[in-house]
Amino acid sequence: MPKQRRLIFKHIDEEGYSNDIDCYQRNGGYEVLKKAVTRKPEDLREEVKKSGIRGRGGAGFPCGVKWGLVDRKSGKPIYLIVNADESEPGTFKDRYIMHQDPHQLIEGTMISCFANDVKQAYIYIRGEFPHGARILEKAIQEARDQNLVGQNILGTDYSCDIFVHRGAGAYICGEETGLIESLEGKRAYPRIKPPYFPAVLGLYQCPTIVNNVETLCHVKHIIDMGGEEYTKIGTPGNTGTRIFCVSGHVQKPGYYEFEAGKITMGELLNDVCGGPLPGRTFKAVIPGGSSAKILKFGERFKGTSRAGVDYDMGVEDVPMDFDSLAMIGTMGGSGGVIVMDDSVNMVEALANINAFYSHESCGQCTPCREGSLWMKKISTRMVKGEARQEDGALLKSVADQIPGRTICAFGEGASWPTQSFLTKFGDEFEAYPETKKTKSVDAIPLV
Amino acid sequence: MNLKPETLKQIDEVITHYPEIRSATLPLLHLIQEDIGYLPQETEEWVAEKLELEPINVYEVTTFYPMFRRKPTGRRHIRVCRTLSCALVGGYNTCATLQKEFNTELNEVSPDGNVTIEFVECLASCGTGPVLMVDDDLHENVDCAKAKQIADQIKAEPKES
Repeated sequence: MPKQRRLIFKHIDEEGYSNDIDCYQRNGGYEVLKKAVTRKPEDLREEVKKSGIRGRGGAGFPCGVKWGLVDRKSGKPIYLIVNADESEPGTFKDRYIMHQDPHQLIEGTMISCFANDVKQAYIYIRGEFPHGARILEKAIQEARDQNLVGQNILGTDYSCDIFVHRGAGAYICGEETGLIESLEGKRAYPRIKPPYFPAVLGLYQCPTIVNNVETLCHVKHIIDMGGEEYTKIGTPGNTGTRIFCVSGHVQKPGYYEFEAGKITMGELLNDVCGGPLPGRTFKAVIPGGSSAKILKFGERFKGTSRAGVDYDMGVEDVPMDFDSLAMIGTMGGSGGVIVMDDSVNMVEALANINAFYSHESCGQCTPCREGSLWMKKISTRMVKGEARQEDGALLKSVADQIPGRTICAFGEGASWPTQSFLTKFGDEFEAYPETKKTKSVDAIPLV
Repeated sequence: MNLKPETLKQIDEVITHYPEIRSATLPLLHLIQEDIGYLPQETEEWVAEKLELEPINVYEVTTFYPMFRRKPTGRRHIRVCRTLSCALVGGYNTCATLQKEFNTELNEVSPDGNVTIEFVECLASCGTGPVLMVDDDLHENVDCAKAKQIADQIKAEPKES
């Protein structure tokens, strides 16, 4: 069985480890920041670039490239925003970092701020983490008291403060331009790109970096060990560790940190998570948060990889990294792995997901607002009212009209579940009018 | 608006966090809601004046974000996660159990005044589902039996708390 490599989660759930600054410093905390401020900011950026680290929020965009896009000549202040909105269903990693090891995030944030000449950072934390917000505020104050955050940190002429900003329950705030609008005190309507690339026209129309909590924690480790050394963890193109959040129908759901690409889906679900529940078999898995396209156990993926290697594999054989999952038509996303066993009817699972997207569409673009609502209405009607054989085709026709016609990627995220469920489990949708008649009353309701 | 002196102090402090004070809209709404328990009718005008905005600028915010509410909740506010990971392990049954225990519809104050139950989207604790929040506190692995225990506990609490 592959062994976990705990880099970010080293101290999570560790006996006796507390979230105060003393405990963090007893474990070597803030030593990396102390060394970082003696180096040139551009050297630090170079290390991050060399490391190849890809954003852990969902898109997997290389962090070094993101930093490289920042407009440093505008004369305007540069902002850094920590995306702590953690709202992609199936994802629950940042919660543990912020609640149990907040100083790791603060150290990573301060190093990133120093590297990018940022004078003000904000942590945008989802509203449903009230304790998390208080813990972070306390931790930042502890760091200020020790001159690690704030004016002239560590006796240098560099100053940077961090404030915590709470969201209020809207999923769309995880989208970076929506987040920026929200931080400006408005509805979280995503901005159109171009021209509103955050690196150029972000918060208050100033250059802005938005990074996920976990990504910023990785920065600390990259600066600690050096970008070159970091690339030895994981696989080429998918460097570092990944935290997988496994939920749903496995024996041992939870979070597991492995080197990226060094564990397969089968090893993760069977060996690490203990396999399916007693008497059950795996039916489907969503590998990277609820927007990611679903995978069906039993399907085979054949083709030639970008590196020119032929592959022929099942779901269990897929290495858990961004590129392998993209190669088989889905995505690694935020690392949220949602598992469904043979007790689940896919029409009902989709109805649950569609209700989510319909509730969370910001309403700005018509195809997304109307499309997500109609997909919810149709799939809910199938489960709770009358189901018609042609409903599957109807659902797919609605889903197909959304992607590419919206300002942000929510449109894609809302339609991929319906499209992939229909592609892979179309027969269940056709059979649903009949299935319903014989349905057990004890089945766990999903809508 | 009748806010506690402590809240007013926090409001003045939080405004200093931002170069453009409109950014303080969400923080102010949170502080008012924490103080009063909900956002009373005069919220928009009060916040608008404080932040040099028009009331409509605040209204578009209060109507967009699910966590802001215009009515008082019951003594305890229960938020049960509805989304897929929790639903797969019984979230709907958990919610139904609580509704039955308090004999209440969703989003309404229960007849005994004890709770308002909301069925919310993902609370980001999918590995320990079904989960729910009672006010600020997360409860994990809440199956029907545990839901009943939580309900009993709430019912047994002194009403003033």
